[in-house]
Amino acid sequence: MTEIPESLLRRSAEAKAKALGLPVEQVLAEMKGEAPPTPPPSEPEPAVQAEGSVAEEMEESAERSAEIEEAVESVDDDPAPAEETAVEPGAEAEPEIVAETEADVPPAAPTEAPPAPTPEGDGGVVSSPEGEGDAEDDGGDVSSPEGEGDAEDDGGVVSSPQGEGDAEDDGGVVSSEDEPAHETEVEPAAAAVATAVEDRPAPAGDGDGAGSGNGAGNGKVASVVSTRPTVPPKGTPEGVRTQRLLTVVKARAIQTVKAEPTDKVNTWPHLMLMEFGALLAITGLLVIMSVVIHSPLLEPANFNATPNPSKAPWYFLGLQELLSYFDPQIAGVTIPTITGFIGFWIIPYVDKNPSTRPSDRKFAIALYSVFLAGAATLTIFGVLFRGLGFNWAYPWQDGIFFDDLRDWVQFE
Amino acid sequence: MANGNGKTGIGERIKEANEKLWGSQVAESILRPGSPFKKGYSDSPRNRSYVVMNNVLYHLHPVKVKRHGVKLSYTLCLGGLSFFLFILLTITGIFLMFYYTPSAETAYADIEALSTNVAFGSLVRNMHRWGAHLMVLSVFLHMSRVFYHGAYKPPREFNWVVGVVLLFLTLLLSFSGYLLPWDQLALWAVTVGTNMAGFVPVVGNEVKFALLAGVEVSGATLLRFYVLHVLAFPFILVIFLAVHFWRVRKDGGISGPL
Repeated sequence: MTEIPESLLRRSAEAKAKALGLPVEQVLAEMKGEAPPTPPPSEPEPAVQAEGSVAEEMEESAERSAEIEEAVESVDDDPAPAEETAVEPGAEAEPEIVAETEADVPPAAPTEAPPAPTPEGDGGVVSSPEGEGDAEDDGGDVSSPEGEGDAEDDGGVVSSPQGEGDAEDDGGVVSSEDEPAHETEVEPAAAAVATAVEDRPAPAGDGDGAGSGNGAGNGKVASVVSTRPTVPPKGTPEGVRTQRLLTVVKARAIQTVKAEPTDKVNTWPHLMLMEFGALLAITGLLVIMSVVIHSPLLEPANFNATPNPSKAPWYFLGLQELLSYFDPQIAGVTIPTITGFIGFWIIPYVDKNPSTRPSDRKFAIALYSVFLAGAATLTIFGVLFRGLGFNWAYPWQDGIFFDDLRDWVQFE
Repeated sequence: MANGNGKTGIGERIKEANEKLWGSQVAESILRPGSPFKKGYSDSPRNRSYVVMNNVLYHLHPVKVKRHGVKLSYTLCLGGLSFFLFILLTITGIFLMFYYTPSAETAYADIEALSTNVAFGSLVRNMHRWGAHLMVLSVFLHMSRVFYHGAYKPPREFNWVVGVVLLFLTLLLSFSGYLLPWDQLALWAVTVGTNMAGFVPVVGNEVKFALLAGVEVSGATLLRFYVLHVLAFPFILVIFLAVHFWRVRKDGGISGPL
């Protein structure tokens, strides 16, 4: 078990303390295992029955977690909050980690998780255990133990166990749909628990995915356990909320954990504002352009009167320019086929250089720049420097032979 | 609600009406939680998330994006602008379809009438044409931006391929629309363009024949280009667009900074 960073613990402790109304220090000590767990305040909750009520339950849990969430999210706008943090679970289940995501649960509970009946996460928490799992949570913060799989959840948190599992759920319910329950069982001893730092159970809370859940675990789900089993485990005292388990994964699945903290901002309003600005700008530009410049409309089509010169649309003029240099078999076929069809498609498979830093990929950048410059030059030649008979012409001497802009600047 | 003289002020009445409107059952049923228009909306982290995930359009986006992705200088919004131009082109294109008949006899007259007799006809046609050119440009620039950022590298290889398909579809859309005015420019630009397609080895002539519905541009070509332009290509494009957007999210959102 790796050491959980103090700051992380504190953050969770603060959230938990706020939710429970306990002093922060006490909760923190409890989390570190230095103090006996405080019995949660009993809060009578009707036993939740089966599927129908999952949505309801999510709604409720969303509300309950609102404060926690806000407490945690208040650091969001700091320049580099450790938003995504990975916790490396050891071979044994770590009660504390799980507990920190659930405000009112006895810490010892997670070990009870495996018998949970169905793979229904209710509101879900993430963990993307094996291989390239890269849990991404749009709504909250997630632990992303390793690599690049992509578990994504708009609302809550998701589990994307074992590499290719790619679970997405907007409503927050995630499960492996095709997975019979027995396959999701995990040997308790070998179970490790990975947790999300922030618990945001299904803010959507609308039952979108309730019931069946729509995560796609690719049949490799180690296990996603009902975070609040519909039937409380035996021996649970009356009124005590059962554990919200995040996910249980096989211990050996997690060898190294690497997750860089990512600096994120809310799409609303930050990105949306930018996009709206861009949208207005382009609309304005287009309207102004359309008022000022008229679309060309020449004489009616006449098969017997070939205009001189005949030019293709501007984006094909580079090609037409090439045709005037080379044999059609070369210009019309070989070059565009190589650059356009094959060249572009295979770029990502040919370029094996993993770096995206410009200094590491000088050759690629140079090559593309040459292509760009070449295409631009040819197009400009074709548009401006080709006159009668598609022969070379200087626009300042012979005029511009480009009918698209024949009515250039005509005010109404 | 009464002010000093026992009458209700206009400001108060507006406020009341507003409350009634946005608090009504109808408004409540339309607006999902987190909508900024919903009564009692407050700016909280939770509502900021709701805004995005409870709206069918915004939902294309994740709730949170990497901070560098928000910077204008990173993407220049080129992909988004391409998509937005596509939407603008769809809207203006639908408008134009009301006034256009794809036949060699009437097409030219329709365009003339559109530019002179129809309210805003000229403006809409200009927007459609210039918007199309801008879209070709923005898609191409978007591709260049992606290349320079190395954003096609794993795990985004496939999305690059989809993007290249989208570029070709954009070119095809633009090219097929080029013929529709049925003037000299349209006729001969398409003749030159399809002649180039004829140079493709093996299948060149077949491709050309299929495009032109014959060996040279004719009235049948006009109908063919029209159907391709207003239905077939947009249909295919939308499918690829969906995959493209979906993969952007699946592949881990916007690529990292340089």
